[in-house]
Amino acid sequence: MSLRTPLGRVLGYGAAHDGVTKWLQQRVTAIALAPLSVWLVLALLGLPTRDYAAVTAWIALGLHPVLLALIVLLALWHAWLGIEVVIEDYEARAGLRSLWLLLCAFALALLAASGIYAVLRIALRSGA
Amino acid sequence: MPERPLSPHLTVYRWTYAMTLSILHRLSGIALCLALIGLIVWLSAAAAGPAAYAAAMSVLASLPFKALIAIALLALCFHFANGLRHLAWDIGWGYERAQARRSAVLVVAAALVAHESAHAPRTRARLWRCP
Repeated sequence: MSLRTPLGRVLGYGAAHDGVTKWLQQRVTAIALAPLSVWLVLALLGLPTRDYAAVTAWIALGLHPVLLALIVLLALWHAWLGIEVVIEDYEARAGLRSLWLLLCAFALALLAASGIYAVLRIALRSGA
Repeated sequence: MPERPLSPHLTVYRWTYAMTLSILHRLSGIALCLALIGLIVWLSAAAAGPAAYAAAMSVLASLPFKALIAIALLALCFHFANGLRHLAWDIGWGYERAQARRSAVLVVAAALVAHESAHAPRTRARLWRCP
């Protein structure tokens, strides 16, 4: 039995019931990013030199392009879930809130495409 | 749209450890968003060719950017450790006040130790060696 009145339901008040999905996505991406971020930081710290040849060779090596693409996508996804909550918490004006969310979504999509393109470009150039 | 009920403002509550770590988790998360943009710009520069990569590295080697990288690394260490604390809460562990305080201290200590060891002299020498 629902305690919501028909009027309340029609006006769309109350929970949207999609909160758990995002909560879960945030945890799953966090768990996946934990080993990936440790690998990335240790690998970058451990590179003997950081010149162009060494870095592009390292990026193209073995499964590194796959792992880097995963880091870019998962980190941006995790970032989006966080940024979304921050904007919703601090921007009370509905119009501006939608604008910030839209701009951030576009920026993150652009970053995702750029990151994947960069990794693929390096990997395919070195591998060919 | 009618006025909806508003929860009490932050200033109503006594400041606690948990609140400090909570806001630091947000701040470090936002810092890591900026670091992620940096990582993708760096990858894009490497993809664009040697000239673009050299330009990006000369910017990264400047003092302000060295400081920003150090801050980003500290943000990652903290966000990582406090993220594990959040995951522990998610499986129902550590909700007692004493436990939450202990885990807060542990998180800050672990983040500082991880950041310091990443900046240990040998690593630092390798970290900042530029082409």
